Amino acid sequence: MFNRSATLSVRNIGHHAVDIVWRLGYASRFFALTVASSGATFRRLQLLIRELYFTGVLSLIIILVSGLFVGMVLGLQGYHTLQTYGSESALGVLVALSLVRELGPVVAALLFASRAGSAMTAEIGLMKATEQLAAMEMMAVDPIARVVAPRFWAGVISMPLLAALFSAMGIFGGYLVGVVLIGVDEGSFWSQMQAAVDFRNDIMNGVIKSFVFGVAVTWISLFEGYDATPTAEGVSGATTRTVVTSSLAILGLDFLLTSFMFRGL
Amino acid sequence: MERSTLDLWVGLFVCAGIGALLVLAMKVGNMTTGGIGGESYTVYANFDNIGGLKPRAAVKSAGVVVGRVTSLGFDNERFNARVVLSIDGAFKFPKDTTASILTSGLLGEQYIGLEAGGDPANLADGDSIKLTQSAVVLEKLISQFLYSKAAEGDTVKK
Repeated sequence: MFNRSATLSVRNIGHHAVDIVWRLGYASRFFALTVASSGATFRRLQLLIRELYFTGVLSLIIILVSGLFVGMVLGLQGYHTLQTYGSESALGVLVALSLVRELGPVVAALLFASRAGSAMTAEIGLMKATEQLAAMEMMAVDPIARVVAPRFWAGVISMPLLAALFSAMGIFGGYLVGVVLIGVDEGSFWSQMQAAVDFRNDIMNGVIKSFVFGVAVTWISLFEGYDATPTAEGVSGATTRTVVTSSLAILGLDFLLTSFMFRGL
Repeated sequence: MERSTLDLWVGLFVCAGIGALLVLAMKVGNMTTGGIGGESYTVYANFDNIGGLKPRAAVKSAGVVVGRVTSLGFDNERFNARVVLSIDGAFKFPKDTTASILTSGLLGEQYIGLEAGGDPANLADGDSIKLTQSAVVLEKLISQFLYSKAAEGDTVKK
């Protein structure tokens, strides 16, 4: 009896492991196919612009508002901590570095995953469930080139822009709370910030990070949608998986990228 | 939604994103003060102790930023620290310039201060600064202070 349930659980673990590797391989093939068939996206820019509107422009509000509030909270918390050391003039450095290096790319990507990524998964999953993708294939239209690739590139393009907007908005929020509300000296706020933040090491690394997150999030969302079980339940499960997997991927990738980028600093 | 308004919104979005990057670069980052534009020349300096000096630290003369520290290394022959400085080509310094490692404020970052000498010839690309002054190490300062206090105490006793 015990023996039988033991073998069963071992078999279950093995099945799950094989399943994960199988899905990973399938996802990689899907990614390669998406990149390979993205020529049409750039030849028919209207497709890309439409997707940029849905993933980028419609995510603007949540990104800008959260950026502003994250910056304002950083300003408040940073001020109270720095004040104990009498170095509240370093508030600008604290706000700018934490936003540009970490919070901007990571929080913007998390918001992007839950705002745009889940929508992409649901859209493509529903297209699959209602057999629109199959219908396209019947009409000799490649659904990957027509549906998947424009969304992929729209996500990859809009993610760094959204992260930059998030950081800029956050720094403005920190300025608002720190300088306007609390009364930290404006000159030292900006000048210390400019002395500490480096364009190549801090800002460009933040852009690279958000680009990597953009690729990861859109890839995961598109794959989950494309791979979803074509039922209402399957689509909802795929949407949940998109948000969970992308968030974990963002945080894991962030740790990896940070350990490479900011080793010596 | 009409195509033209769609284009307008996407265009606005892309402009805003690039604008945010520019703001980050100009207002937040050191693109305007980093000395990326213009030519610069490289000068070497050996210090007995560089303290907490970091790459990209400022090189200042009379309080004005004239360059940046490019890299820090250890000189295997002289057993001291070798610092590579990149100085903006617009600023010329005499050959007998003194370089010292200073701290801005009590807890601020360390930077290199250059004090011009009187030599008519100027430092050229690849030259070394001969006169250097190390960073102040707090422990040494305290121990010196304690020794001198102890010595004072002896004299009082006698």
